[in-house]
Amino acid sequence: MMYYSRIRMLGVVGICLISALLCLPNFFNAPTSSLPWRQVHLGLDLRGGSYLLLKLDTQTLQHDRLQSLEGEARQALLSAHLGYSNIQRNDKNGTIEITPRANSERADERAALEKLTPAIPGELAFSEENGRIIISLTQESVRARAKEAVTRSIEIVRRRIDSTGAIDPSIAREGEDRIVLELPGISDPQRIKALLGTTARMTFHLVSADPTHAGPGSTMLPLAEGNGGQLAVQDHIDVDGANLADAAATMSEGRWVVSLKFDNKGADDFARITTENVGKPFAIVLDGRIITSPVINGPITAGQGIITGNFSARSASDLALLLRAGALPAPLTVVEQRSIGPSLGIASIHAGVVSLAVGFGLVVLFMLFFYARFGLYADIALFANLVMILAILSLFEATLTLPGMAGILLTLGMAVDANILINERIREEVSAGRKPLQALQSGFERATNTIVDSNATAFLAHVMLFVFGTGAVRNFALTITIGIVTTLFTTLVLSRMLIVRWYAHTRPQKLPV
Amino acid sequence: MLSRPLLRFVRDDRQIHFMRGRHAGLIVSALLSIASIALFFMPGLNLGLDFRGGVIVETHSQAIETPAHMRQILEAAHIDAASVQSFGSPHDVRIAINLPRGGEDERITQKLVDHVRTVITQAEPDIQIERADAVGGSVSAELFRNGILALVFSLGMILVYIWFRFEREFALSAVITLILDLTKTIGFLVVTRFEFDLVMVAALLTILGYSTNDKVVVYDRVRENLRKYRKMPLRELLDLSINETLNRTLGTSMTVFLAALPLALFGGSTLTGFASVMLFGIVVGTSSSIFIAAPLLLLMGQKRLRRGA
Repeated sequence: MMYYSRIRMLGVVGICLISALLCLPNFFNAPTSSLPWRQVHLGLDLRGGSYLLLKLDTQTLQHDRLQSLEGEARQALLSAHLGYSNIQRNDKNGTIEITPRANSERADERAALEKLTPAIPGELAFSEENGRIIISLTQESVRARAKEAVTRSIEIVRRRIDSTGAIDPSIAREGEDRIVLELPGISDPQRIKALLGTTARMTFHLVSADPTHAGPGSTMLPLAEGNGGQLAVQDHIDVDGANLADAAATMSEGRWVVSLKFDNKGADDFARITTENVGKPFAIVLDGRIITSPVINGPITAGQGIITGNFSARSASDLALLLRAGALPAPLTVVEQRSIGPSLGIASIHAGVVSLAVGFGLVVLFMLFFYARFGLYADIALFANLVMILAILSLFEATLTLPGMAGILLTLGMAVDANILINERIREEVSAGRKPLQALQSGFERATNTIVDSNATAFLAHVMLFVFGTGAVRNFALTITIGIVTTLFTTLVLSRMLIVRWYAHTRPQKLPV
Repeated sequence: MLSRPLLRFVRDDRQIHFMRGRHAGLIVSALLSIASIALFFMPGLNLGLDFRGGVIVETHSQAIETPAHMRQILEAAHIDAASVQSFGSPHDVRIAINLPRGGEDERITQKLVDHVRTVITQAEPDIQIERADAVGGSVSAELFRNGILALVFSLGMILVYIWFRFEREFALSAVITLILDLTKTIGFLVVTRFEFDLVMVAALLTILGYSTNDKVVVYDRVRENLRKYRKMPLRELLDLSINETLNRTLGTSMTVFLAALPLALFGGSTLTGFASVMLFGIVVGTSSSIFIAAPLLLLMGQKRLRRGA
């Protein structure tokens, strides 16, 4: 207890020096790019920028799947020459219910339906109820589909954000169906929100023979331009926007248009419908709205086309951007937005740094006045503590927010508690008549238990906060949790070593307590 | 200066009979907590954006901007703001809008925040939007649930930890004291009208952690003295333990207080409420270690920890 071997001492000093080194990247630029230059990231509240929480509409996802499953089921029964009196889709329960025409055909129909290809292994479950055959999507498949859709959405969101030129965006999954988007420097996220609020699913359909009424296999869709006009278009998708190779905003005859280039499949599909349907109108549908419905003048076989519409330079380039990035598997909704302007960020950094400096200074002075030499050692340990917290944050390239800075300061306030406990204990031992050496020894020993106990409870409370908290609060919990660990080192090892070394050098008759 | 401490809170030989004030302490504490619980139901906490949902927009302008003028701008655009206030300085205005009622609130909330921004920048191009937050209903409900869960789990884990490290009487009186501390802090929040949001939950948890720490140190000494002085009546023993740890209790409270003080003074709008609650919690937590936790232990442990006290 009262002896620190040379190696142990070097170890302690080494840890402190390494920590100091790890902090350096926060204050200087990297001299060469080859060095691992890890820095603490400033949170959006300090840097300015926007935080967006997006939720994937999993209901639409399920709806789309059920819709196509319904079509497949019809097709399967049709090709097996089996009839049905009713097919009903239940989006809420995730089921399709088929009522066979005759009870005698039920077994055959079920056999035919069970041959449907699942999109995910184990996707479909079959049961019967009141003479109906029920196909339901399994819970696991619904979850797997959502998970996969979020992964795909993240990729598409990243492409869309990247093409806006945003610097340093961070995109991450959160929970089952959400995506967190952080955009440093963008304090007005309106354009980004608009870009992400578009699914950008583009499809090409033929307009129905009677464009004013929806018949079987066609649907009335609204026109994007114009006052509530509608057109009946065929449900069958002739060309899918997924088969686009490129899209760009260009000028044509003095107007902004979006030019398209199809991949091989898209080009083939496009060539076929334009060859077979010369003179008929077709509709370009984006997210359920008709952007334009030109008449096919002649076969287009080059795999290229343009969309005309009432575009501005901005809207044409945004549409091209969305088409290039690809369609989202389901709509994304922004459910939370937090935006901070740049000057508020700077003011917050200022507030944090001033508070940290003043708080640190007050605690240092308090320890000097109340605990003399041992207080000085506590102050040295306190400084090392601050350096180590910063070092660990830098090492993990963690984020630091204003509440995080508050967490550091409170940690420092709490950290000296261990020194106070040790000092008070030593003082008691001295007044109980112990010699300095014994007083130090039993002071350290007896205080250690108490220190571990009291830090353990604080540790538990903040781990809970980290688990259940979000954003800035999580950062607060993080800095405090890191701080508790560094505190144990700086008080139980470092400041004790300072005292032990001082004692070994001076061998005082009286302790400064 | 280094050879001897210049200052001390209490002389080491001073013995204060804290246990004499145990009834007064418990009664005052119980009354304050009951009043706080009443305040919690009526008028209730001032829920912040995190838990209430809706829109907050903060603006800054070079010229002086009155809330009345800002309200005119908003009303001209048919925006119904719940409150429009100056905060910090006459250049800064804070606009709060409640969550729209009915379905589709997520989409409407997001449209609303953009609409407010557009309206303000069109009316006054020089105004800077410093903060624009919009939280939808489902998110705020979830944040609230998580905040409560964090509090409940923390309390639970503290109970388990103390139970594991000490005897049952210690754990129970510690948790009862913590709940009393917590209710008073909530009462403080209601009275001061500080917004209750996630940052406040963080403050409450930090107070919990700090206050527990304080109790653990006193209890630790009680346990040690129970072994050391086999014959001493529990009441005297508690007084002795509190007195022995008094300089430490006051010292640590002071350093945490000193650390939180600049946050309250310079921390800006995000941290002022947080730090004020911290300061209140430190005072409450420290006094409850002495006047509540120890008397409770005396009440509960009279029979089991020491007979004939």
